[in-house]
Amino acid sequence: MIELRNVDKWFDDFHVLKNCSTNIAQGEVVVVCGPSGSGKSTLIKCVNGLEPFQKGEITVDGVSVGGKSTKLPKLRSRIGMVFQNFELYPHMTVTDNICLAQEKVLGRGRQESEEKAMTLLTRVGLSDQAAKHPGQLSGGQQQRVAIARALALDPIAMLFDEPTSALDPEMINEVLEVMVELAEEGMTMMVVTHEMGFARKVANRVVFMDYGEIVEDAETEEFFGSPRSDRAQQFLSKILHHI
Amino acid sequence: MEYNWDWGVLFREPYFGWIIDGIGWTVTVSIAAWIIAFTIGSVVGVARTVPVRWVRSAATVYVELFRNIPLLVQLFLWYFVLPEVLPREWGLWMKREMPLPEVTTAIIGLGFYTASRVAEQVRSGIEAIPRGQSMAGYATGLTTVQLYRHILVPVAYRLIVPPLTSEFLTIFKNSSLALTIGVLETTARSRQITEFTFQGFEAFTAATVIYIVITLTVTAFMTVVDERAKIPGFITGGR
Repeated sequence: MIELRNVDKWFDDFHVLKNCSTNIAQGEVVVVCGPSGSGKSTLIKCVNGLEPFQKGEITVDGVSVGGKSTKLPKLRSRIGMVFQNFELYPHMTVTDNICLAQEKVLGRGRQESEEKAMTLLTRVGLSDQAAKHPGQLSGGQQQRVAIARALALDPIAMLFDEPTSALDPEMINEVLEVMVELAEEGMTMMVVTHEMGFARKVANRVVFMDYGEIVEDAETEEFFGSPRSDRAQQFLSKILHHI
Repeated sequence: MEYNWDWGVLFREPYFGWIIDGIGWTVTVSIAAWIIAFTIGSVVGVARTVPVRWVRSAATVYVELFRNIPLLVQLFLWYFVLPEVLPREWGLWMKREMPLPEVTTAIIGLGFYTASRVAEQVRSGIEAIPRGQSMAGYATGLTTVQLYRHILVPVAYRLIVPPLTSEFLTIFKNSSLALTIGVLETTARSRQITEFTFQGFEAFTAATVIYIVITLTVTAFMTVVDERAKIPGFITGGR
């Protein structure tokens, strides 16, 4: 479904992604982890073309992301994305946030969009917040709206860029629960996160990055049980045993 | 000081009529110039932020040109110089046939100048929006035009209501410069009354009060706009 082949990216002189390759099959959940600055977020943003890359190839459902003739808006509308800071549109109600792209990108009618929004809000447990503005919701609620907004376009895959990093600890679970449910329904997911509990529970594979390189790409059990690289071992021992 | 106060002069004809006439031109020139400033300023301000280099450069040239030449000089350039440097027929048309040449020139001069300032505010509003908002918009498949139309511009304008209010007020005060090219607006009329009656204190007190009443009215109007534009739960200040 999502294929990355030898992707290289530079920010001016800085080599952020070095020869990154991995595959995410349909229905697979892949967690990308690694220390900050390792290029995880940049990598995931390359998948839907939010960040350009200079070498290599990324294809999503057979469409080349960097291809000259690729219509990026069209491709992006088929890939849902959830951001660390939610990025809901502050001037619109929750419903309008979920309806905007349905109407403007997919060309759905207002009524159909609203019905879809309501179904999704019910699903993430926020049907009573439909008329509010994002600023009136908690972080966890905002992130669930953001997930609903992405799902409203019926995506073939979902990208999550540290979806719980900006949340208060007690709100992390409400977001993770929605994500676990999605994974169990068979959604193809690429998730940048430090939530190792989530990774253990639902990920099929874990990709570990450091200094812009994919250091380890292993089945979840294997990654947690016996990571091959020293770097991944160190990382795991640090984040699995904090005080 | 020997001075014969005579407030009644303000209410005697023809002076009373002059004052009313002056207020009319002050308001007309200011509002018309504001419409131009807001329109061009919006376009140029947005253009300064778009991801197309030549568009950004063109917009930058506009801003730097119009905000760095004194307004008074700009009015003279529009009024005295432009008709001479244009092709002959156009220049003649401007001088002979253009309706209300002084007023039209003042509106255009003031409008183009203020546009450069509005543009900077629009740009700062758009640039104040976190980059993540654009990413979120693009990620759902919006095009750049849709992103501006539905997200960046609506949010930016809500952010810049307070500085835009100042600009709107400034245009009323700057409109007094139009007297230099012969527009008989409030300040020009006050001067005229002074010359006819030697009651300068009264005439310019009247002008002062008129400007204050106009600007306070505009401020009240913009406060309502600001209240309406406020995003619920957004920017949690001390209010």
